[in-house]
Amino acid sequence: MFPVETRELTKRYGQLVAVDRVSLTVRPGEVYGFLGPNGAGKTTTLRMLLGLVRPSSGTVRLFGEDVGQSLGDVGALIEGPAFYPYLSGRDNLRVLARYAGCPAGRVGVVLDLVDLTDRAGDRYGTYSLGMKQRLGVAAALLKDPKLLILDEPTNGLDPAGMADMRRLIRRLGAAGKTVLLSSHMLGEVQQICDRVGVVSGGRLIAESTVAELRGGARLRVVADPIQDAAARVRALVGQDRVRVEDGALELDIEAGKAAWINAELVGAGIDVSELGVRERELEDVFLELTHVG
Amino acid sequence: MLGSTRAEITKLVRRPASWLLLAVAVVLSLTFTYLVPYAGANGAADGAPNATRGVAETLPEHLVGNSIGGLPVFAGAILLILGVLAVGGEYGWGTWKTLLAQGPSRLTVYGAKIAAVALASLAVVLALFATGAVTSAAIAAAEGAPADWPSFVDLAAGIGAGWLMAAMWAGLGVVLAVALRGVALPIGLGLVWLMAVQNLLSAIAAPLLDWVAKLQEWLPGPNAGSLAASLGTSPDTPGVATLVGDGHAVAVLAGYLILFVGVGGLLLRRRDIL
Repeated sequence: MFPVETRELTKRYGQLVAVDRVSLTVRPGEVYGFLGPNGAGKTTTLRMLLGLVRPSSGTVRLFGEDVGQSLGDVGALIEGPAFYPYLSGRDNLRVLARYAGCPAGRVGVVLDLVDLTDRAGDRYGTYSLGMKQRLGVAAALLKDPKLLILDEPTNGLDPAGMADMRRLIRRLGAAGKTVLLSSHMLGEVQQICDRVGVVSGGRLIAESTVAELRGGARLRVVADPIQDAAARVRALVGQDRVRVEDGALELDIEAGKAAWINAELVGAGIDVSELGVRERELEDVFLELTHVG
Repeated sequence: MLGSTRAEITKLVRRPASWLLLAVAVVLSLTFTYLVPYAGANGAADGAPNATRGVAETLPEHLVGNSIGGLPVFAGAILLILGVLAVGGEYGWGTWKTLLAQGPSRLTVYGAKIAAVALASLAVVLALFATGAVTSAAIAAAEGAPADWPSFVDLAAGIGAGWLMAAMWAGLGVVLAVALRGVALPIGLGLVWLMAVQNLLSAIAAPLLDWVAKLQEWLPGPNAGSLAASLGTSPDTPGVATLVGDGHAVAVLAGYLILFVGVGGLLLRRRDIL
């Protein structure tokens, strides 16, 4: 029984297919990164998970149940925080606690969690964007949910706030909560997510662990003459595992073979001026997958 | 449902706009029902609306008619705005998603809003009666006139009728807010209907066209006006005229209330929250 399971989830607006047969699975206790460029269908998918938008076809199951029956275990912050500007942060949470049917004592607990207790008595309308964002996360945590859906939770936060939010998400993950995190901050996702799903054009184009998606490290060799070096290395490791990029060789081989490659090139009279391991960042993978840049 | 209703009541009570609307309803009602006629009778407000009604019309025995007299038009407009704000504000602030993410169903939240708006409508009607009672008692004391209060049954009937009219207009505001997913356009269109179209139909179209005159018997405004007239509101009051019997008026107003609330709930349940 997965916290989130969608099958062939589709949303059409007239001719536009906003979400196209997305089947994703979020496993218990994991922090799942949900990535995609603007307009890829991330928020529409998240809205369907919460029953705010009805799917054109396909199914959503949260903890094995239909959406309408299972939101008791779900907390969410979708597309930015939204509260009543004339109420204080604390009173906004009190109102929401009544809807959620959770004890009023939770309000103080979640305000502490997001470090907003000092300003909780101020009107929401006077909050900075970062404070609004933290109140949004506090609201998502009100029910002490098993599944937390966070859509761009670090928007508007300063670097310290972003670091705090990362720590909070990690802590929630470590406490056994499942977190579905949509974010543009790929460095952040790389740091805190166990698995990621990448959507583009409404379709889920990749779903894997962060490590698998980034792939193995590559060997980078700067040599002279570069074409001779490329020919020599291709003969050694295979044609398709060698690329010439920005005047250097990118070798898709284990880092442990660096010394052997160096010896072979030097033995062939080729000057090697630089030899190093290059790890692909999640951002590189994301841009490749979504054909951006 | 109880928790959701309490939450909705909190939101309405803590919202400054709710109190402003109540204040405007009371001030307008007192001004045109009591103060202008009283000033007119003393020669201080010649030519003003209701200036010729006379002091007798402002005494406690006319409390029921005087208290609900504004509901067919101007107080109705205020209730319409209240209904729009209670529901349309969620679209304006984008708070539907915040509420629904806490787990209640759309119809639970909608039901809570309807309950809160119904209670707010009753509160407005009671405020009109209470402030009217105090003002008419003060005028009676000042004029040395007898303070003959309406019977409990008449008072209860008046409050009930006023609540029905108030809730019906608030219901129109609710359905407009849900249908148009906002605040400004529903208020604008609602007020155009209530303040302009209704008057044009009754003052210009109905005398010329039989089918419009017949249609008037089934529209909310004229039925509210007929109900107010049947409970003693002066026919000089804008929007008040006896077109149909009180039973017919109550049935039509209740029908509109159910229709508005039902259509609003259906739309909210079926459509995406964007």
